[in-house]
Amino acid sequence: MSLKVVVEKRLESFMLDVEFNAPTPGIVALFGPSGCGKSTTINIIAGLLAADRGQISLDDDVLLDTRRQVAIAAERRGIGYVFQDARLLPHLNVASNLGYAQRRARRAPYVSRERVLAMLDLEPLLSRRVHQLSGGERQRVAIGRALLSQPRLLLLDEPLAALDRDRREEVLPYLETLRDQLSIPMIYVSHQFDEVLRLATHIVLMQSGTVVAEGGITQMSLDPKLRGLIGPDAVGAVIDGTVIGEDPASGLTRVQVGNGEIKVEAARLAAGTRMRVQLLARDVIVSTRMPQHLSVRNSVQGVITAIDADGTGKAGGVGSDLVSIDIGAGASILARVTGAATRELELAVGTSAWALVKAVSLRGHSFPAPSPPLERGGAT
Amino acid sequence: MIVPTHQEVEALELSLSVAWRSVVFSLPPAIVIAWVLTRRRFVGKTLLDALVHLPLVLPPVAVGYVLLLLFGTRGPIGGWLDRSFGIVLIFTRNGAALATAVMSFPLMVRAIRISLETVDRGLEDAARTLGAGPLDRFMSVTLPLMLPGLLAGAITAFSAALGEFGAVITFVSNIPGETRTLPLALYSALQEPGGEHAAARLAVMSVVLGLGGLLLSEWFARRVRWMLGR
Repeated sequence: MSLKVVVEKRLESFMLDVEFNAPTPGIVALFGPSGCGKSTTINIIAGLLAADRGQISLDDDVLLDTRRQVAIAAERRGIGYVFQDARLLPHLNVASNLGYAQRRARRAPYVSRERVLAMLDLEPLLSRRVHQLSGGERQRVAIGRALLSQPRLLLLDEPLAALDRDRREEVLPYLETLRDQLSIPMIYVSHQFDEVLRLATHIVLMQSGTVVAEGGITQMSLDPKLRGLIGPDAVGAVIDGTVIGEDPASGLTRVQVGNGEIKVEAARLAAGTRMRVQLLARDVIVSTRMPQHLSVRNSVQGVITAIDADGTGKAGGVGSDLVSIDIGAGASILARVTGAATRELELAVGTSAWALVKAVSLRGHSFPAPSPPLERGGAT
Repeated sequence: MIVPTHQEVEALELSLSVAWRSVVFSLPPAIVIAWVLTRRRFVGKTLLDALVHLPLVLPPVAVGYVLLLLFGTRGPIGGWLDRSFGIVLIFTRNGAALATAVMSFPLMVRAIRISLETVDRGLEDAARTLGAGPLDRFMSVTLPLMLPGLLAGAITAFSAALGEFGAVITFVSNIPGETRTLPLALYSALQEPGGEHAAARLAVMSVVLGLGGLLLSEWFARRVRWMLGR
C-alpha cells in the first residue's frame, strides 16, 4: 500500500513541483530546509490548499485528480492534521476538544478513546482549559484529537518546533509509541534531522520546491544529498539492528548490525527487539587490520565500497574523506578520516577494513526502531 | 422625588422594549453582512459596505423619511406586509424598533467585523481537518470565538437604540405608550411650559441607563475573555 503524491503549485517565491511515492503504514519524513515547500505540500495533501495540477491517492482512494476534476473536500478526506501551534479550540477544555473530533469522525472507530488517553497520558489533562496546558501537553492533546477523528493518514507539521529541548524529549517517545502501536500512516514534516532520525521509516528529501531524493532511512543516511543538508557533524550511517542480548562482562546491550555486532548502552531490552543506531562518521575509526590492544568496544569488519572527498577536491587529498564500508545485509557504515590517513593506510575500494566505534560515543544515538515491517527497500 | 411617575415608567419600559426588539431583529442580518464583507470577495462589495454605513452619515430624519416611503401602508414593502400578513409598522413600537435597528446597524456590523477579523482562520482549518463542514465550522468555532465582539456590538447597538430620536419620531411619530421612548418623552417635556423638572428627571434616567449598560458590557466582555482563556 502506498501514498502517491504528484502536485504542482505556483507560489510567490518558487514553483512547487513535488512527486513522491511513500510506503504505508510507517512514518514518512518530509525533510528539508525551512521554506522548501514542505508545509505547502502537506496542506495540499490535507486539502486546505488547492494545487494547480496534480494527483494524490492513498492506497486505492483518489483524493485529488485535477485532470478528472476530482478534489475531495478537506473535511471529507479523513486526514488528521497536527499543526505546529496545536490549534486546540480555546473555548473548549481538553475533554471537549477530544469530543469535538470524536463526534465528527466519519469512519468506523479503529482506535478507542480509552486507548488514545492511555497512549498519550491524557487522562490527567481532561478537565484542563487549553490555556492551562504546557507546550508539550498541548501537542499531546492535539495528537490525541487528530487520532480520535479516526484518520486514515496523519499529517504532522513540525509538531515539536515550538517546543524547547526538554519538551521535545518529553513528546518524542509518545510519537514512537504511536508509530509502533498503530498502523496508521503518518507524514512527518521537519527540518530537524534528529527527530527524523528517531521516527522516520522513509525519508522524502525536499529542496526549493522539489523532491531531490527519497528512500528508506538506512539508504538515505548514506545519500550525499542528505549529507549536504544536515551538516558534517550529523553525517553518519543509520542502521536498524536487532538486540541479541546483554553482554555480561560489560553490561552493554549487544545489537546485530549487518553481519557484525556492536554494543551500546541501553536499558535492558529483550532479544529480538529492533533498535536503531546512528553511527556518526566523525566517531568511526578505520583500521586495515584486526584491531587489538584497544579500549574500543565495537569493531565491525566489512568491505570498502566508496571513498569520497568530504567536500570539494579529491579523495586522499588535503581535507577529509568519507569512507563507506559495507558490513553486509544491506548495511553500511560511514567513517570520516583525513586524506593523509587514506593515503598512508592505502585505503581502496574493494579492500577489507574494520570500523571501530566507542560504545560511549553511541550514548544518545540509539533508539527504539520501528517494529518490522520497517523498510520496503528504496522505492525512488 | 425618587419614585418615578407613571409616564416615566412607561417611557422607560417602552425604550427597553424597542431597543431589545431592534437588537434581536438586526443581529442575524448584521452577522451575515459582517461575514460577507470580511470573508468574501465579490463585485459590488464596496457598494454594499457604503450602503451599510449610510445611516451613519445621513440625517436621522432622512432615514425616517425613507422608511416612511418604503414601510408606510402605501409604500411598496409596508403595503405588502399589511396585505399579506396584516403587519403594520407605522405608528407602532415594532416600527420604532425597525427605525432604531436601521440607525444602529452600522455600529453593529462594524463591531462584529472587527471581532471576526480577530478569529484565527487556522482554528477553522483545524476544525476542517477534524471533519467539520462549513456551517458546522461557523457554529462551533467562528461564532463562539467572535462572541466578545458580538456582545460588544449588541450592547452598543442596544445603547444607541435607547437614544435614537430623529428616525423614530419621523417614522412612527410620538405616541404616548406606543412610540414615545425616553428621548421622545424628554423632548415632549421640554416643549411644555414648566417641563424642565420632568426633563431633568428623564435626563438623569438616561444617564443611569447608559452608564449601567456600559458597565454591564465591560463585565460581560471580561467574563467572555476569561472563558476564552485570553
